Amino acid sequence: MALVEVRNVHKSFQRDSQVIEVFENLTLDIAAGSFTALMGPSGSGKSTFLNLLAGLDRPTSGTITVAGAAVNTMSPSALAKWRARHIGFVFQSYNLLPVLTAAQNVELPLLLAPLSKKERAERVRIALGVVGLEDRMVHYPRQLSGGQEQRVAIARAIVSDPTLTLLDEPTGQLDKKSAQEVLTLLQRLNDEFHKTIIVVTHDAHAAEKAKQVLHLDKGVLAA
Amino acid sequence: MKLLPLVFANLRRHRLRTLLTTLGVALAMFLFASLRSVVTTLNAGAEVASAERMGVQNKMAIVFPLPMSYRERLAAVPGVVAVSWANWFGGQYGDGKVFFAQFAVDPESYLAMYPEVVVPPDQKEAFLHERTAALVGQGLMEVFGWKLGQDVTIRGTIFPGDWTFTIRAVYTPSVRAIDDRSFIFRYDYLDERTQHRVTPGWYALKLQDAALAPQVAHTIDAMFENSSAPTKTMTEKAFNQSFVTMWGNVQFLMNSIGMAVVFAILMVTANAMMMTARERTGEVAVLKTIGFTDRTLFGLVMAEAGLVTLTGAVLGLGGAKLLYAGTGFNGFGFLPGFDVTAGTVAVGLGITLLLAVASGAVPALRAYRLSIVQALRHVE
Repeated sequence: MALVEVRNVHKSFQRDSQVIEVFENLTLDIAAGSFTALMGPSGSGKSTFLNLLAGLDRPTSGTITVAGAAVNTMSPSALAKWRARHIGFVFQSYNLLPVLTAAQNVELPLLLAPLSKKERAERVRIALGVVGLEDRMVHYPRQLSGGQEQRVAIARAIVSDPTLTLLDEPTGQLDKKSAQEVLTLLQRLNDEFHKTIIVVTHDAHAAEKAKQVLHLDKGVLAA
Repeated sequence: MKLLPLVFANLRRHRLRTLLTTLGVALAMFLFASLRSVVTTLNAGAEVASAERMGVQNKMAIVFPLPMSYRERLAAVPGVVAVSWANWFGGQYGDGKVFFAQFAVDPESYLAMYPEVVVPPDQKEAFLHERTAALVGQGLMEVFGWKLGQDVTIRGTIFPGDWTFTIRAVYTPSVRAIDDRSFIFRYDYLDERTQHRVTPGWYALKLQDAALAPQVAHTIDAMFENSSAPTKTMTEKAFNQSFVTMWGNVQFLMNSIGMAVVFAILMVTANAMMMTARERTGEVAVLKTIGFTDRTLFGLVMAEAGLVTLTGAVLGLGGAKLLYAGTGFNGFGFLPGFDVTAGTVAVGLGITLLLAVASGAVPALRAYRLSIVQALRHVE
């Protein structure tokens, strides 16, 4: 059974009097341990797809099942708790909290788990170690480069060992060298730690690192 | 508790704004405590009044005197067991910057009628036997560093001239609501210096039984109804309150100002919290994406509002309590026993709670209802 099962998903938005169709009858399976890149032009619905998988948005119709859980039927409160346990999310613009240090940012998802302070500190240290920023624990986001910030964001996404790691244009704001570092890191997470990764990008070079590339255009998927 | 560091981190985000908002709440609570304490102190003065004592003043106003001839007629009223009389002196000491109350009293009847004014026996004897003797409150002695036996000259305003007294006795009130900063001297000295042109400002009566008060008041006021100086006879509590009402409706005024101050600071705090919430729309969306529930985020925003207002309240209410207790403030003699009571602190904390809810509710609800997708669209 696939880790992610998307069945007949239809998603539309209402903008003023206009109805905008994003997907119609979208069906897709993603296996556990896979590294999938989702490509497509702007406005093709890539980010919306990611939001649906993370339970940040709901499909107009159809079902989305992640690790056996029907995401589209959960209450907002149950969805938040499910997300804390199963989803790691990385944004294009990092979205670290500026008032927290790198370690405190990474610790955020763990605050929702029944862990002691010592256990949290240990997991934060390991996560920052995986992304190569163990020596930047007490630095604030403003004291880090863009690449380092994105690596902290990735550490935050993986620290609770989620079922699924979703990344929305993770290299979109990075220079070539930093982007390469982030992509190498994602590869390593998939190869060494068997993390299931779905990355949305319109950077062909970034997509090359993935084991599976899907193209989304006008709501239609193509391998 | 795990999320408390997040609350503190958010409060440190705009340190100056947090500091100014906290100080605003502190100032509002300080003013609230001060204004309410004026009311409670005035009421406390009336509450400790003896039920067996009454006051008789001129019906027109207390500033108009009563004839000395009333003394014997009052003493003859059934139910009255003792009569004393007194006058407001209204002088200035030194540069006049420090105000204190001065009364001329009939010494023997006064001390017998007010056992709350505690005087050592030897000093009491000295006060009773020397015409220019003064009986001074312990607090006033400390204010000026006066010593027993010292001569003190007070410049009269109502009764012109320099009036020199010798401090022969020091009293300590047995109840806090009685001013320990009064200057009391003998009525016969005032009478002599004014060449017998002075008459009592008011009379104090002691009753056989507190239950007789309405009947005694009616009898006295009826007795002098058609005289040149009709009277107004009241229980001591009402008499004390009449001093307060000379200032107008103090209680209403103080409470109104207090509430206006609290309302103004509510606006300021709510505005600060709204600004903070608006600036953090993206962060709230990120926290929701991570898995923070709507309810947790509501709680976090409310905790921030609560911490700011509670810290302000502790500073304001605690500051007022310590400041007034430490300086022995008594409203220049008008507010003996001035104190920020536990009741005032409790009411202040209650208002703080409402303030926290009122200022935090809107931004907290905003965080609660925030749509992650729409919010992220703004920041991404």
